[in-house]
Amino acid sequence: MITASLVTAAPAATNKRRAIGVAAMLLVVCALPFVVSNYHTFQLTLVLVYAIALLGLNILTGYNGQISLGHGAFYAIGAYVAAVMMGHWGVPYWLTVPVAGVVCLAVGFLFGLPALRLEGLYLALATFALAVSLPELLTDKHFDQWTGGVQGIVIVKPDPPFGLPVNQDQWLYFFTLAITLVMFVIGWNLLRGRVGRALIAIRDHPIAAEAMGVNNALYKSLAFGVSAMFTGVAGALGAIAVQFVAPGSFTYFLSITLFIGIVIGGLASISGAVYGAIFIQFVPNISDQISKAAPWAIYGVFVIVCIYLMPDGVAGGVRAIWRRAGSRRAGAHLRD
Amino acid sequence: MNAFLDQIFAGLATGGIYASVALALVMIYQATHLVNFAQGEMAMFSTYIAWSLINAGMPYWAAFFLTIAIAFVLGVLVERIIVRPVERAPVLSVVVVFIGMLVIFNSLAGWIYTYTIKVFPSPFPKQPLHWGGHFVSAHQLGAVGVTLVVLALLYAFFRYTSLGLAMRAVAQNPESSRLVGIRVGRMLALGWGLASAIGAIAGMMVAPTVYLEPNMMSGILLYAFAAALVGGIDSPAGAVLGGFLVGVLENLLGAYVVGNELKLVVALVLIVGVLVVKPSGLFGKVHVTRV
Amino acid sequence: MAALLDVSGLHAVYGSTRVLHGIDFSLEEGSITALLGANGAGKTTTLRALCAMIQTEGAICFDGVRIEDKATEEIVRLGIAHVPDGRGTFVHLTTEENLRLGAYVRRDRRAVAEDFERIYGYFPRIKERRHQQAGTLSGGEQQMLAVSRALMLRPRLLLLDEPSFGLAPLVVREIFDIMGTINTNEKVSILLVEQNAAMALDLADHAYLIETGRVVFSGSADEIKRNDAVRHAYLGY
Repeated sequence: MITASLVTAAPAATNKRRAIGVAAMLLVVCALPFVVSNYHTFQLTLVLVYAIALLGLNILTGYNGQISLGHGAFYAIGAYVAAVMMGHWGVPYWLTVPVAGVVCLAVGFLFGLPALRLEGLYLALATFALAVSLPELLTDKHFDQWTGGVQGIVIVKPDPPFGLPVNQDQWLYFFTLAITLVMFVIGWNLLRGRVGRALIAIRDHPIAAEAMGVNNALYKSLAFGVSAMFTGVAGALGAIAVQFVAPGSFTYFLSITLFIGIVIGGLASISGAVYGAIFIQFVPNISDQISKAAPWAIYGVFVIVCIYLMPDGVAGGVRAIWRRAGSRRAGAHLRD
Repeated sequence: MNAFLDQIFAGLATGGIYASVALALVMIYQATHLVNFAQGEMAMFSTYIAWSLINAGMPYWAAFFLTIAIAFVLGVLVERIIVRPVERAPVLSVVVVFIGMLVIFNSLAGWIYTYTIKVFPSPFPKQPLHWGGHFVSAHQLGAVGVTLVVLALLYAFFRYTSLGLAMRAVAQNPESSRLVGIRVGRMLALGWGLASAIGAIAGMMVAPTVYLEPNMMSGILLYAFAAALVGGIDSPAGAVLGGFLVGVLENLLGAYVVGNELKLVVALVLIVGVLVVKPSGLFGKVHVTRV
Repeated sequence: MAALLDVSGLHAVYGSTRVLHGIDFSLEEGSITALLGANGAGKTTTLRALCAMIQTEGAICFDGVRIEDKATEEIVRLGIAHVPDGRGTFVHLTTEENLRLGAYVRRDRRAVAEDFERIYGYFPRIKERRHQQAGTLSGGEQQMLAVSRALMLRPRLLLLDEPSFGLAPLVVREIFDIMGTINTNEKVSILLVEQNAAMALDLADHAYLIETGRVVFSGSADEIKRNDAVRHAYLGY
């Protein structure tokens, strides 16, 4: 069974230690673009983008138990919203991000309504149908003038504002980082409060949840909407970073990749979104370096080995290590 | 009218392939409550093995049956080596392992055999059969025939043999099965072996029509999965019926409604529509949850 | 005469909870032995421990062979048939298929066919319903089916877990009478776990009283029936 990482009341010492840890991490994260190459900065930006997307998917699948094999579709919608607004209407890049979020919130909620009838494998198929359908719709002749058809839309890379002394890649990194922090704070607040508990209750025991007054239908549809919103925001950021959208970038494989990301990162875990993002961004590159001939075979091996070693994801593995360290510190007197 | 019947028949032919793969999926699902998403790639890989044997000079039917045996062993090995170690892991983690397997088989096939499409022979005559004003491809007829033979053999196996009975028992109630002395692990391995063998047959039947290449089975797996769900994921008969239905639906959509590019999308939308109306599929058991 | 079943120092754990704290008991061949006690005393756990369905420590000796490290499937092949609590019926299979499964490990086809007839003789209602789906049988019939399935193994030892559970007293009486007959005719030893102590003591030769995972009293069934103090304290009547 998946246990959510609920935040329980902790002694002051642990809180302080946690705050120092977070601050140190933030420092490192901010320093990175200045010490690594532009290409690596770009890759790190994508890690942030995926982290937002994975957090979104995790809200739906990890915390609320609704399987989605189609979140790539919401990512694509967010990306295309950004691209169309920037490419056709000259909207500034930073405005496209919240718009993408709102559009995806609505689309996700609408998709969540019929999805209420489906569960487990059936929902997986329905969402996968979405993943498979979207690229087809994007290449369809009727929408060509908006979507640019097979060739897609090219986006101009934004310049850093106010003449800040950073280059474009570094600016994009910090822009994305800021939005990532905002989204994670939103997610954290959502999940540790009443909403989070309701989602988990629905996942684990829907009948009991309903009996306790939780409006299952509303929460489940909202979960879809909010989850899609996160992923749509990620899509928009991703489009800006990559400077290009085309149907070929948003095949069903993206949806599968996101799914792999949350499971390997750790379901029902906020930190899991980050671990998963690192995995899906870098492991394909590493696999490619190991074997040019069959890189995906290596990737598959990595995936399987990760699950063997950490069946509850990296977040689950980290939790297990903490628990073992904690119990040793608590002393043997607690044992039978 | 003629053309319409031709499309129906062609749909039944491909439907037979979907039915076979759907049956393999349901078999593993019944025993383990898992859907083997790598079923299609394993079937594709087995078909490549058949291709290698035929290319090396082995006569078709010898290669056919040898491949079935090899596919069986492959299924058993996959169960023992890859699935058994994660049997206690959470469901979604196991799904990811299957996706990993899918990717590995696909990539290995591409590496060993390259992505150039290959011609796979059909054991049936090339001339179409003339039958009351229709032309029916002999291969289509043969494929449907092979599907029906496989289904009949499986039915007999499960209904009349001790081993088949034991496998059904394990699928329903592993604990009671142990209490009558059934070695549950072996039955699971057997189930995987059988499913893999069925997949190989499906692969060898479909390859002559769609040409052999590493991505040959991905569309088929999707249709088979949809068919299994439409039939009801815990109903073998439903899976078979679902397979034929989906095959006919796909063909009719492609010929008369939306053309070949969009038929997958429309088929899926329709299937999902069916599921929204009947969430357990057409013949699935409606699970009444008791509080 | 060496005991058919000899258990010493049996401990059992569910996860991190210890349920049995060192049980000792033994069983003579051909006898009917009852394990009695209140709900949660550890009786069902003892039977599950014998069949290696849970983790155990201690020694279990069956017919001179140590079985505590063997797998369930192997223990069955040594001749121990377990009718679990809840019957463990294969509800989607037919009655006859359930019986066929009971004989799964046997190789002597003709003897199995004979056994079908013998068992139908003991339980005619099972014969009537042999092509019916097992889940549609009544509670009493399902219990009869569960016992029949176990007997199809031709076991040396039959483990019965709460056979009276959920059944009307008349039905329980009928089943217990047949058990007695089977024990006499077939020489099948029986280890019976029961909450219904009165009926169990009428059937059994010996009994062990278990409380919170330990044996607190043992003796012949007659002794226990006559010993008011013990009956009041542990069996509630």
